[in-house]
Amino acid sequence: MGRLFWSLAALVVAWPMLVATEFKPWVFFEPSSMKPTLKFLSDFVPPKVEPSFLALVAKETWRTVAIATAGIAIAFVIAVPLALVSVRVLSISALTGRMNALPASVRYAARALAILLRSVPELIWALVFVRVVGLGPTAGVLAIALTYGGMLGKVYAEILESGETHATASLLRNGSGRLQAFFYGLLPQNAAELTSYTVYRWECAIRSSAVLGFVGAGGLGQQMDTSMKMFNGSEVATMLLVFIALVWLADYASAWLRRTLA
Amino acid sequence: MKATLNTVDARHPAARQDAAPAIRTISLTFEQGEQVAVIGASGSGKTTLLHAIACALKPSAGTLTLANQNPWAVSGRALQAIRGQLFLAPQTPPLPPRQRVVTSVLAGRLPHQSLWASLRSLFYPSGITEAETALAHFDVADKLFERVDRLSGGERQRVGLARALASDASLYLVDEPLSALDPTRAQLAISSLTTAAKERGATLVCTLHQVDTALASFPRVIGLRDGLVAFDVPSAEVTRDMLHALYANKLNELNGPAPAPETIEQPSQPAVMHCR
Repeated sequence: MGRLFWSLAALVVAWPMLVATEFKPWVFFEPSSMKPTLKFLSDFVPPKVEPSFLALVAKETWRTVAIATAGIAIAFVIAVPLALVSVRVLSISALTGRMNALPASVRYAARALAILLRSVPELIWALVFVRVVGLGPTAGVLAIALTYGGMLGKVYAEILESGETHATASLLRNGSGRLQAFFYGLLPQNAAELTSYTVYRWECAIRSSAVLGFVGAGGLGQQMDTSMKMFNGSEVATMLLVFIALVWLADYASAWLRRTLA
Repeated sequence: MKATLNTVDARHPAARQDAAPAIRTISLTFEQGEQVAVIGASGSGKTTLLHAIACALKPSAGTLTLANQNPWAVSGRALQAIRGQLFLAPQTPPLPPRQRVVTSVLAGRLPHQSLWASLRSLFYPSGITEAETALAHFDVADKLFERVDRLSGGERQRVGLARALASDASLYLVDEPLSALDPTRAQLAISSLTTAAKERGATLVCTLHQVDTALASFPRVIGLRDGLVAFDVPSAEVTRDMLHALYANKLNELNGPAPAPETIEQPSQPAVMHCR
């Protein structure tokens, strides 16, 4: 009975959402939309492999990887202090009852800053920075750094709080400093998960730098934007293959790092 | 370090506010260099007593005095400095699984190390010989560079005790150090602890389930029952009747083998939600 009720309740909740999002899967199969789609897709085969084009793609790929890596590096620098400040486990006053007023307010401020940074999509940051520093990779790097700094800060703090905290609390209880407790208790406990999440975010940054390219932030995305506008399916296909290769690479890097740290 | 409790009430932090305190109106004095065993059935308040002395939980009533200071009346920094002078060894050894034993042992010295020195020690452990000596006291010196998650439960417990020894504390509060040890190792562990405390002139307070060990190795024994001090006498004066009264209804804990270690209640952790 309860199950039936909850299924119906789920339907009632889901229906207005489907309406609001104009969920109409049948549009896909109407001939008027099928034809241009198939035409564009058929251009994908074979992908373009001219040496001059490949050289261009290689250069832009390198730039994309550089944007993502530099962005993640700056994001990391933003995120680590945010996470350290907002992790409850490292609070000495919270060991025995409530956290003191000052650290509690600093913690809220750090969380609020992380929310602010990540609630603005990187696309918006990129549009802002394109106006400030002009077209090019710098805007992409800054956009990724700010949004991902907020994301990493939040998720680092969550990873650190969700694990076993006995070791860290014991160190604090025996008089260690917060950072000492972090390096001797909290970090060894969570290093593998933190690393794999960071590598995953690097992968996301590569994808995201492609999107940012569409608004002029440089890299493979900008090249893809040009090819798309010219309906050059074979060029788009080559670049998508490069993206698949990059994500595959990130996957292996993450697995290898996890194995090493496990 | 001298520790004095004056009519102290304390409850576990996770306990409800209206629940009865786990220890009530406890008045005890531990002189500098004294060695005391605390015995009592499961749930009698032994761990809470240790936590109260270790400033790990704030008494809900009464006062605690450590080295002539009330740790709850001084600043947070001073409280942390007091905590650095004592060592609370919890029953389950607090060792991160992926850490090397040498690092885990040297973590006992963190309160007396600068941040920079402790960071450098993560890469080139400073004081390997001290760590090895501490481990040798508990017969686990051969595990010096092993990782903690490759140790057995008993070995972990001994590494935890070695950390206590490596720390430069003047008050040792050790919670059930023998719960995972075989009789020979248990004897060795207790004698290592008492000898080390004696050499340093440090106070040692140890909760135990093994009544015979407590009577044989400690000059003073405190019996806790339902959060109250049932007796506090030199171990020679402990009689069979006193023990029977202490473990009334729980005689299996007195005569039988050591009971399974009490499960420590962890507050439930929030579920991880990774926004991806």
